[in-house]
Amino acid sequence: MTRCGMRRLLATACVLSTLFVTAFAAVSAQGQAEESADVLRRGNYLEPESLDPHRARGAEAANILRDLYEGLTREGPDGKILPGTAESWEISEDGRVYTFHLRDDARWSNGDPVTAKDFVAGIRRSLSPETGSPYAQTLAIIENARAILANDAKPGTLGVIARDERELEIRLESPAPYLLRLLSHHSTYPIHLPSLEKHGEKFTRAGNLVSNGAYRLDEWIVNGHIKLVRNEHYWDADDVRIETVYYYPIGDEEAEFNRFRAGGLDITQTIPVRRYEWLKREMPEALRIAPYLSTYYYGFNLRKPPFKDAPKLRRALSMVIDRDIIANKVLGRGELPAWTLTPPGIENYQSPLPDYASWPMEKRIETAQRLYREAGYSNDKPLEVELRFNTGDTHEHVAIAIASMWKKHLGVDTNLVHEEWRVFLQNRRQREITEVFRAGWVGDYDDPQTFLQLLHSESGVNDYGYANPEYDALLEKASNTADPEKRMEIYRRAEAMMLADQPILPIYIYVSKHLVSPRVGGWEDNILDHHASRDLYIKD
Amino acid sequence: MARYLFIRIASAIPTLWLLVTLAFFLVRFAPGGPFDFERALPPAIEANLQAKYHLDEPLLQQYVRYLGDVLQGDFGPSFQYRDYTVSELIYAGLPVSMTLGGLAMLIALIGGVAAGSYAALRRNRWPDHAVMTASMTGISVPNFVMAPLLVLVFAIYFDWLPAGGWHDGALPYLVLPVIVLALPQVAYIARLTRSSVTEVLHSDFIRTARAKGLSPREVLLRHALKPALLPVVSYLGPAAAAVLTGSVVVEEIFGIPGIGRFFVHGALNRDYTLVLGVVIFYGALVILFNLLVDLAYAALDPRVRYR
Repeated sequence: MTRCGMRRLLATACVLSTLFVTAFAAVSAQGQAEESADVLRRGNYLEPESLDPHRARGAEAANILRDLYEGLTREGPDGKILPGTAESWEISEDGRVYTFHLRDDARWSNGDPVTAKDFVAGIRRSLSPETGSPYAQTLAIIENARAILANDAKPGTLGVIARDERELEIRLESPAPYLLRLLSHHSTYPIHLPSLEKHGEKFTRAGNLVSNGAYRLDEWIVNGHIKLVRNEHYWDADDVRIETVYYYPIGDEEAEFNRFRAGGLDITQTIPVRRYEWLKREMPEALRIAPYLSTYYYGFNLRKPPFKDAPKLRRALSMVIDRDIIANKVLGRGELPAWTLTPPGIENYQSPLPDYASWPMEKRIETAQRLYREAGYSNDKPLEVELRFNTGDTHEHVAIAIASMWKKHLGVDTNLVHEEWRVFLQNRRQREITEVFRAGWVGDYDDPQTFLQLLHSESGVNDYGYANPEYDALLEKASNTADPEKRMEIYRRAEAMMLADQPILPIYIYVSKHLVSPRVGGWEDNILDHHASRDLYIKD
Repeated sequence: MARYLFIRIASAIPTLWLLVTLAFFLVRFAPGGPFDFERALPPAIEANLQAKYHLDEPLLQQYVRYLGDVLQGDFGPSFQYRDYTVSELIYAGLPVSMTLGGLAMLIALIGGVAAGSYAALRRNRWPDHAVMTASMTGISVPNFVMAPLLVLVFAIYFDWLPAGGWHDGALPYLVLPVIVLALPQVAYIARLTRSSVTEVLHSDFIRTARAKGLSPREVLLRHALKPALLPVVSYLGPAAAAVLTGSVVVEEIFGIPGIGRFFVHGALNRDYTLVLGVVIFYGALVILFNLLVDLAYAALDPRVRYR
């Protein structure tokens, strides 16, 4: 028995060590990203789902693609639109035809010239239902795009036409001044057809990927890191100062923070919520907090009681929320109180504040109590409501604060329910069991359209069941208006109308939160929170 | 021997099949699908994606198709990491997870047995109390607390080691994750070893050995350790399983590109094929591991014959 046990132990040890040695042999010890003058190390939250510009989704992929590729336009460090691969363009009188002139010296990372055809191929690919692009809908403003998306027209009929090698024409269904912004987004990037044909679905692998941006893909260890190196064929390569960029997927904000503190990262994707005060005290030079083009709000399910046909009740619930307390006390990291769906910072747009936004709290509470009574509720017959949110500390804190405000001022009994993200999303979309639920939206570009279309009666993300034909008509009218000022005015009217119906309850405006090492220069806060590596440099 | 091998492998097949079936239906019963995003997809695109991944077929048909594919060694494309197939992802994460897990097991065995025996020899004196206190801490502090703690001390205050990352398994990047993963096992094995060594030291044959004039060291190494290690041996199975589950957390915290991370993100994102691929792989690994141990055992002990 004794011998037996010893033998068994030895046997196990043999097996273990063999497995281990084999494994160790497979991974050679080399290559580290140490702090160095021409290396930038960025935290990037999660592993990107794809590096295929037309199939990728999410900010993680967008961050990397912004370095790898360049659209017809690009964003400067402050977020303003600059010429990208197109050096100039003309816009027709009615705002529906854009003609772009590509640079002579635009090159792919293998030296091939970038032509107008490459852009045509890229945008067509984004809109082909076979590609499965998550952003196809935002490109539906291009002529015939809608029909192509629905499989009713051939990709060749798309209103993106190569006039010659360097001239590209884009024809729109309706004037959309945000087109120039869209053209800096990865869904409109060009595609290098020879490498796509050669490698098929594997064209995004390191060694296969040919890109036209400031960097090229050098290494991709899934869930490990993505390494980019400067693309010497890039037309502006001389101005790209950082030689190598590492992107690390670090989902845990505390882990990311620790890596930053230990000197393993130069830029973080976020900060640990609880460390804010400490960071403000100890690392003020690294902390970067800026308003973000994103709103946090609650939605009402208008398809079922208690919120169906109950605008007074919805308004009362919105009025009694002290948004300053939520923004400054519950969150307190620079978040702003929100009264509208559109966040501030959209160029030439003034969000229509509801009248009660400027009232003192007492007046709001009094009015809300009256509305609450008129809606048929009282202390004897309080509203019982379910508030549903996706699991997360911040969401829970906000929900508790709001439930207590409802309880204190109106006597509402709130039942808090939290669910895992995908479960929550499904319930929200089905509009069958939800009552009040958490929501948020990040603008794709700085235009009210990206927010206001959420509540269009036919929108695929109208989880509220809001259907107001007048609102739909205003959105339609705005998108057909070429005059930018008039267009914004119509959006403003539409938003005011929607807010009066109160299908949603805006709560706060998000902030972007980063730690940026003092050795990194060129960083500018912007509301889109886009920061291309080509605009950054390492200080001496 | 060949017959035994055949029977063992044959009996692994129904086990694996049961595992695949259970996992397949369980993952499907979770609400929400792989293409439910906050930003809804246009209907034509969603239909195309569903068709591409055969999600539009009846569940039973999908199950049969999946089994067929798996039998041909095809675990399908990942829904979430759209540029990769599941096999490619597992293949890439395998050496990483094996390095991490293998090292942790080795350290657990060596460290645990050494510390446990030492404590038993100095029973009820301060070294014993020190080892037992340390091991109690090791067992009770969960890895998601231990990891940031060690990072704080060794990466931030002393700046000796990196706080995370992998970089092809370079030594400095290995140290902390391996220790975090090994620590609870070291502690558990130390406690096991201590109590069984103590027990053995009280038996008659040890008294005889002492009476013959052997030093305490020799008594331990020559006579006591072998029988005392039996419980440790039987604990190795559960330990391997614990290291496997522990690696899921450790890989996430230290940003290590192993298989455990795929499992977590795959489940959260309803990446059916990736989750199933990892489950099948882990299952097969455990079965294979047991078989290898048994075979090596037979090879080493002449009294054991498998028929």
